[in-house]
Amino acid sequence: MNLGISATEFVSQAKVGTISVEEFVAKTLDRIKLVEEKVHAFITVDNQNALAKAKEIDKKIKSKDKVGICFGMPVSIKDNLCTAGMKTTCASKMLENFIAPYDATVVSRLKSEDAIIIGKVNLDEFAMGSTTEFSYFGPSRNPWNVDYVPGGSSGGSGVSVSALECLASLGSDTGGSVRSPASFCSVVGLKPTYGLVSRYGLVSYANSIEQVGPMARTVEDVAFLLNIISGYDSHDDTTIKNDSVDYTKDISLGISGKKIGIITQMIGQGVDQEVVSATNRAISKLQELGAECIPISLDAVEHSVAAYYTIASAEASSNLSRYDNLRYGFDFGTEGYEFKAFISKARSNFGPEVTRRMLLGAFVLSAGYYGKYYLKAQKVRAMIKAQLDEAFKKVDFLISPTMPILPFKVGEKIDDPLKLYLTDINTITANLSGIPAISIPFEISSSGLPIGIQLFANSFEEKKLLQAAYALHKTTHLPEVPL
Amino acid sequence: MTRIGLEIHCQLTKLESKLFCSCKAEYRNLAPNSNICPVCAGLPGSLPILNKKAVEKAAMISLALGCTIPQKIGFFRKNYFYPDLPKNFQITQYNAYGPTSIGSDGKITIQGKEINIRRIQLEEDPGRLVYEGKSMLTLVDYNRAGTPLVEIVTEPDFETPKQVRVFLNVLADLVENIGVSDPYLEGAMRVDGNISEGDGNRVEIKNVGSFRDIEKALHFEMTRQQSLLERGIPVVAETRHWDDARRITVSSRSKEEEQDYRYIPEADIPIVLIRNESIETIKKQMPESIVAKRERYVKKYGIPAQVADVLSSDRFYSDLFEKSHNEKNAKEVANIITTDLLSYADTREKKLELKITAQHISSLADSIMDNKLTRNSGKQALQEMVKTGKSLLDVMASLDLGHVSDVNSIEKIIDEVFKEEEKAVTEARRNPDTINYLVGKVMRKTKGKADPATTLDILRKKLSS
Repeated sequence: MNLGISATEFVSQAKVGTISVEEFVAKTLDRIKLVEEKVHAFITVDNQNALAKAKEIDKKIKSKDKVGICFGMPVSIKDNLCTAGMKTTCASKMLENFIAPYDATVVSRLKSEDAIIIGKVNLDEFAMGSTTEFSYFGPSRNPWNVDYVPGGSSGGSGVSVSALECLASLGSDTGGSVRSPASFCSVVGLKPTYGLVSRYGLVSYANSIEQVGPMARTVEDVAFLLNIISGYDSHDDTTIKNDSVDYTKDISLGISGKKIGIITQMIGQGVDQEVVSATNRAISKLQELGAECIPISLDAVEHSVAAYYTIASAEASSNLSRYDNLRYGFDFGTEGYEFKAFISKARSNFGPEVTRRMLLGAFVLSAGYYGKYYLKAQKVRAMIKAQLDEAFKKVDFLISPTMPILPFKVGEKIDDPLKLYLTDINTITANLSGIPAISIPFEISSSGLPIGIQLFANSFEEKKLLQAAYALHKTTHLPEVPL
Repeated sequence: MTRIGLEIHCQLTKLESKLFCSCKAEYRNLAPNSNICPVCAGLPGSLPILNKKAVEKAAMISLALGCTIPQKIGFFRKNYFYPDLPKNFQITQYNAYGPTSIGSDGKITIQGKEINIRRIQLEEDPGRLVYEGKSMLTLVDYNRAGTPLVEIVTEPDFETPKQVRVFLNVLADLVENIGVSDPYLEGAMRVDGNISEGDGNRVEIKNVGSFRDIEKALHFEMTRQQSLLERGIPVVAETRHWDDARRITVSSRSKEEEQDYRYIPEADIPIVLIRNESIETIKKQMPESIVAKRERYVKKYGIPAQVADVLSSDRFYSDLFEKSHNEKNAKEVANIITTDLLSYADTREKKLELKITAQHISSLADSIMDNKLTRNSGKQALQEMVKTGKSLLDVMASLDLGHVSDVNSIEKIIDEVFKEEEKAVTEARRNPDTINYLVGKVMRKTKGKADPATTLDILRKKLSS
């Protein structure tokens, strides 16, 4: 049995009984057991429930009962999405033993379509980071070379899909956290338009810019997942009431006659030469498919990293205030503490990156500084949006490398937060403006590390974006993961 | 000159559910932490869903206080750590970056004094701390967390603590009248004050348990500041707590240490657009104001201004009045409610216990007007109806309250009295002022049922014959 098939292929075979769900899930669990010590994608694996559920679905298929459209597809979930009865740790000591009493909307939608939640996967603590090194449970590693980082913060999602430990995964993307590991691990990852997918049950980091995003091995799989998780949710006032769209329909329509803008700020200085060449080859491929490519300058992007870290940190400092160990968390005894001392003591257990961002956030929001930092960052955000609106009058899509550099070694940049922050430069534009963006695995570098290409579209144009991504992905011939 | 400003927290107790979730807004008398969900308990991943009805109710208060409602309202997070706050921030409104709170720049005139309202903001109540005597532990009950309330901030326009009390009474009547809150529920209306003398520093007063105590707290603080200034000692800008046991204000923290709330827009709640049409709809839904009601009572029914004042300002009794009166008996109904019924039931609890209905009051008023009952007997009948809820006829029969107004019966009784009270009769012939003694005797014999005017009439005739 081939664990490397696409989710779509799995569904079509499980449906007709040529794949036994139980067997597939059992094999997947074996695979997890085999590779986890090398890549460490999972925080929690739900062996028993996964197998029980698989049996149940096989039974339903055999007796021709109604089965959800996932047909027992094993899916991993980033550990900042709430799952009733299964731990949701956010890779933090603060939530080491937290079990949510409810499912995130995206999780309950997957479950009701008979997806199997095989486990919860690693991330940078509270999704703050771009390498998955800032996890309380230790770093995840890149399946293409385990000495290298898998990207992040949804590193566990990227790794688990890439290392064939599941068929698909849900991550979350606040500044590139779906697309960075998608690029570094050679899988497809989509950051949907803000408001397309419910955030109910996603543990907030920077709530005005983040979205839950699907990750899988093909563009079609990502579209399939988006069909399930997108749409209005009465538990999230920021979701949009749009007519439902079938993102898989007409996905192979092609991009002939479409116009693509090459963002000059994202392919110039500071970008790895190999990444630049790969991007240029992607542009050529798109032209061969009939698209017209023109350079587009978005100079507001130069301020995007500063604006992003100001806004995200400010929101983080507020969102993470609730972790005071009073209602849930880890127990260290309340005896003898006055409440302020208790809260300080509890909150000293955040990791270094989270602490750094909360301090930065509290600073930019403090009296007298709000206008100087937070409001200014919001202005940059508005500028970026305005420039994108202009750009989308001229072109259908924008293109850039997803990451400006190749994956680097675990530990290499962990002590240099600024350098790490700068690796987000190409992804955060989509978060600050709310537009959708997708990372498509495109090439493997001479050193054997993945390179991803990013495509952007205007708000709520996911259908079009997925068609373009599908076309580009079809031109690639990528090797199997060497693990 | 003394300048006093107020911050009034008024829960929207008439709402079914909390401000951001579907838990009950009424949290009183429930087992601790039984009225909570992931949202109001601030669990990771939960999101607030704005209760649109709360926006409407807050808009009603804003309109009633003459505030401007902006076209867009938004919410902010006020960040501070306190165990009763499940998220360690409170979702509230904030106008520092442009007016986005539900109301601003209002005005209300009370006894000729104009009080300006700076702003009205819609926000969530925190939970409550419970101190358990023996265990030394502080416990937290989140049942109240997320209860919708409005904070009403006035300009420092009050000059005396008494003006404050009058204003608060009017405000309590007003929110009750428009049906957004029951201000007499425990903790439903809470007041903080700020007060300064002359050019002196401003002192904030918090922790005043009931809004009746605010007058006392302000009075204490006014005297304290005045005596400091008389001795040339400057007043320190600070927050002081009202110590209920000692009836004094006590310094709690100096301004320097005051918290920085690090306000940030609440991105989980989209900006709410308020169209002019919706404001018009709300205006139409608003009940008649207390002022308009009072005017109508005076003009339409000729009810004395003082009676109309009492009646119009109490929603419970004005509702009762509206249901029980007709064109003819309105004055009598108003009279029964404000002089008799009010003395039986002046508190919320007593009002709820009343067994009397509009039907009772209406027939009582008619009977008095038709001379079937004396006013005195009417009082007895009312008391009985309040207690038992029986009909007026039943009550009259069981208490034997029928009116005696026919001349023959009264003459007979007067003859009896004349026989028994020869001395008094002689005295009354000499000095007509003592006639009341004889009236009293007749009343006692008839248990108050004799018509006073007829009795007096016959007595005078007999005495002068």
